[in-house]
Amino acid sequence: MNAVMPRPGFGPTPRWRLDPWLLGMLVVLLALGTLVLYSATEQNIGMVWRQSVRLAMGLVALAVFAHLPPRMLRLWAPWIYLATLLMLVAVLLFGVGRGAQRWLDLGIIRFQPAEAMKLALPLMLAMLLDRRRLPPDWFTLVMASVLIALPVVLIVMQPDLGTSVLIGASGLCMLFLAGLRWRLILAMVAALAAATPLLWLNLHQYQRHRILTFLNPESDPLGQGWNIIQSKIAVGSGGLTGKGWLAGSQSHLEFLPEPHTDFIFSVLAEEFGFVGVASMLVLYAAIIGRGMYMASKCRDSFGRLLAGTLVFLFFVYVAVNVGMISGLLPVVGVPLPLVSYGGTSAVTLLAGFGIVMGLYSRRRFMG
Amino acid sequence: MITHESSGTIRNEREELELVQGRFRFVLVVMLAVFVLLGWRFGTLQVGEHELYAARADDNRIRLNALPPNRGLILDRQGRVLAENRPAYRLAIVPERTPGLDETIERLSDLVPVTAEELRRFERQRQRSRRFESLTLKSNLSDEEVARLAIHRHRLPGVEIEPYLTRHYPHGELLAHVVGYVGRIDERDLRRLGREQYRATSHVGKTGIERYYEHLLHGEPGLERVETNAQGRVLRVLERSDPVPGDDLVLSLDLELQQAAYDALGDYAGAVVALKVDTGEVLALVSKPGFDPNLFVHGISQFDYSSLLHHHQRPLFNRFLAGGYEPGSTVKPFIALAGLEAGTITPETRVFSRGWFELPGHSRRYRDWRRGGHGWVDLELALAESVNVYFYQLAAELGIDRISRELALFGIGRATGLDLPGEITGVLPTRSWKRATFGEPWYPGETVITGIGQGFTVVTPLQLAHATAALAGRGTTAPPWLVVPTESARMVEHADTYWDAVFGGLEAVIHGRSGTARAIARDLPVRMAGKTGTSQVFGRPGDQDEADEREHDELPEHLRNHALFAGFAPLENPQIVVVAVAEHGGGGASVAAPAAARVVRAATELDLLQAGEQP
Repeated sequence: MNAVMPRPGFGPTPRWRLDPWLLGMLVVLLALGTLVLYSATEQNIGMVWRQSVRLAMGLVALAVFAHLPPRMLRLWAPWIYLATLLMLVAVLLFGVGRGAQRWLDLGIIRFQPAEAMKLALPLMLAMLLDRRRLPPDWFTLVMASVLIALPVVLIVMQPDLGTSVLIGASGLCMLFLAGLRWRLILAMVAALAAATPLLWLNLHQYQRHRILTFLNPESDPLGQGWNIIQSKIAVGSGGLTGKGWLAGSQSHLEFLPEPHTDFIFSVLAEEFGFVGVASMLVLYAAIIGRGMYMASKCRDSFGRLLAGTLVFLFFVYVAVNVGMISGLLPVVGVPLPLVSYGGTSAVTLLAGFGIVMGLYSRRRFMG
Repeated sequence: MITHESSGTIRNEREELELVQGRFRFVLVVMLAVFVLLGWRFGTLQVGEHELYAARADDNRIRLNALPPNRGLILDRQGRVLAENRPAYRLAIVPERTPGLDETIERLSDLVPVTAEELRRFERQRQRSRRFESLTLKSNLSDEEVARLAIHRHRLPGVEIEPYLTRHYPHGELLAHVVGYVGRIDERDLRRLGREQYRATSHVGKTGIERYYEHLLHGEPGLERVETNAQGRVLRVLERSDPVPGDDLVLSLDLELQQAAYDALGDYAGAVVALKVDTGEVLALVSKPGFDPNLFVHGISQFDYSSLLHHHQRPLFNRFLAGGYEPGSTVKPFIALAGLEAGTITPETRVFSRGWFELPGHSRRYRDWRRGGHGWVDLELALAESVNVYFYQLAAELGIDRISRELALFGIGRATGLDLPGEITGVLPTRSWKRATFGEPWYPGETVITGIGQGFTVVTPLQLAHATAALAGRGTTAPPWLVVPTESARMVEHADTYWDAVFGGLEAVIHGRSGTARAIARDLPVRMAGKTGTSQVFGRPGDQDEADEREHDELPEHLRNHALFAGFAPLENPQIVVVAVAEHGGGGASVAAPAAARVVRAATELDLLQAGEQP
């Protein structure tokens, strides 16, 4: 019992910093996700294997980040942010990818700097906000706005609307958690509403098209509306208990677009029905709830803001992806976290949970 | 607790904690609300609207494919094939698997000739179909073309040589007007026959038996429920019911007799009909010239069609069914029966033929065909020598009403109901018909020429054969048929002595010393009765004599009269009726009677006179 108790004043002691509850739920999620992925990839063992390797890497990253001392994170934050920002510029200059330039080819691995920004921006902002008292003063707000705006603009230029929304949302979330005054929040909402037409004019044609077809998918049932319509058919035809694992006709007969990436939740909904959907949503909710609880228990504002934002980012992933496949939100390229096929986002997300666990493990035990 | 940070500001840890935790609670509430919203959304889609989306998912993946049935065969009475389904090969292209479609088609046209019409059809198909469907570029490839394509196959990805069944008529023009042909199905056919049954069918009967018995020949299409992916490609067959092939049809026709009848006409255009007297079975049915029905199966070329259309003998015209001819003297036996029945004449009644006939009070002379006349003739001689004056006088005395009644009994002016499409009714001359057609009353002179089968009367060769069958059966025969037997019925009632008298006259036509068709007697294996006739093409009715006959031979062919003959054999127990019409053949005795005799001889040799005798 005494072995796990922190001993204030005696410096860092080597100890196991992983939270068994959160880790357990994440492992269950990864296992279920792999099951769905197996079906969604048409039982492609090769793809499932590659994804498992990435998830294993993600778990290693989780463990590593959990054991980084917060002081070190705080110290490195500006450099990590700066480096990631430079890579985003590099992507625009030398990036590779079809349609949109998102990847940096580093020879051995292809790397998406926008994903790293999902960690770098919260780190940077948490450090910045924690330098002064909360709620933030004007100077800090202006600084924070610039720090948020730079990566968001760079990522929109790739163009990658989904990721820039996620990163922007995580930045705003941090400001909100830091105690941004309600008057200012209302003013921002009003300003955003006023800026919407301007934003519209600056969107790429395909981005506008997506939003328009979201508003009325049946206007283009074979083109842009196809994704939303087919996804809703997959979901609705799943019914209460689903068509059974590997038996979803929408998923396997190529009606569903990208069943193994952005639309993997539709596969789950079709094959496991409402029972499967509800179970999955409860699991996500439990992970997020546990994460928020841990974040709120952190030792200082730096920890609370950073951990809270990272968990919030995870939540936004879930909400946007699930909202999209059920037709509540427009089709933006946001994967289902830890389930969709794809390496970088899984690694960042798990690394983020590692940071949350590390911060939580250094909480202060108060009577 | 108050701490000093690097910036030097004084911070209240507890205040900050409360501020941040307040915000955390707010965010948690928002998150919970979002999860509830998502859960509610999925409940609506998956439970509330499940039926709707389940149906749409099935619509997405399940497609029904119709499978074409094999068309029934058409056989003659001995089971010889008249229309068959022959394996053929077609050149097909799958656009999806063909890189550079245009170059491929160009390369193909070096190997096999591809017409502009075929290219147009290919383009039309291509616009209507999906990329993975195979489209026909050229059908009915020759063996040589198949071989040439097979050699170059490796250079032609996406090009396939597909086997299929095509309709083939092995006897070509011989049966073109009976069997008919199939052609590509079109919008009108679909409306007539129903889309449901013909979803998989490419060809339907357009004429003849093929058209008339389309419903029997076609069969039932099969059905395949297949699962397809989003591109429509078939992944697996969920359910399959095999197509039911169409019925094979056995015609009453005898292929060899048909051939004999066709050859009997020589180079003349015309028609030959051979019926069985007791059953109405059609043994031979010729319209000459015929045409090759196989040309129509794959879509006839503009050139071929126009040369058929403009041929001076009109090969596309179905003469036995739609050819209307004056019966000429072949009508005389029926007029004689009307006269006997009415008591206007007896078999012994004698009439003096001086070469012409005049109606009292009229100056117009109606001539005999022999200048100077035939002298005193009784009924037998009048029929044997085809004495016009005898029948002018008889007709005049009978009046048109009694003549019409008699002709109507024998089916003149009425379609026989043969199981082929396109039969015309012909014309039965009556007072009411004339009033309705010309708005004029009937004139006595018209009665006179009706007595020798001229004027208004129009018969088809088939009708004449049916009427002759009724004559041969002493009033009883069955309507002609090819596939479905008809009921034998008594059409006309006369005393036996009347039939005997007319039969005697018709026997004398062939076997008498002065009969108009006595030349054929030595070639006949059985005794036969018959009547020659001439159907006028040029000149005034009744204005015909020997001099005309001689001059007639000098006329250009297309102005010469049609030669007719209607007869039956054997005399003692009539089994077969033969009608021959030779267009522009001159007199009936010279061309039509020998043709009929050849048919009777062939029928005898083929044992058709005994076979099929009713018990």
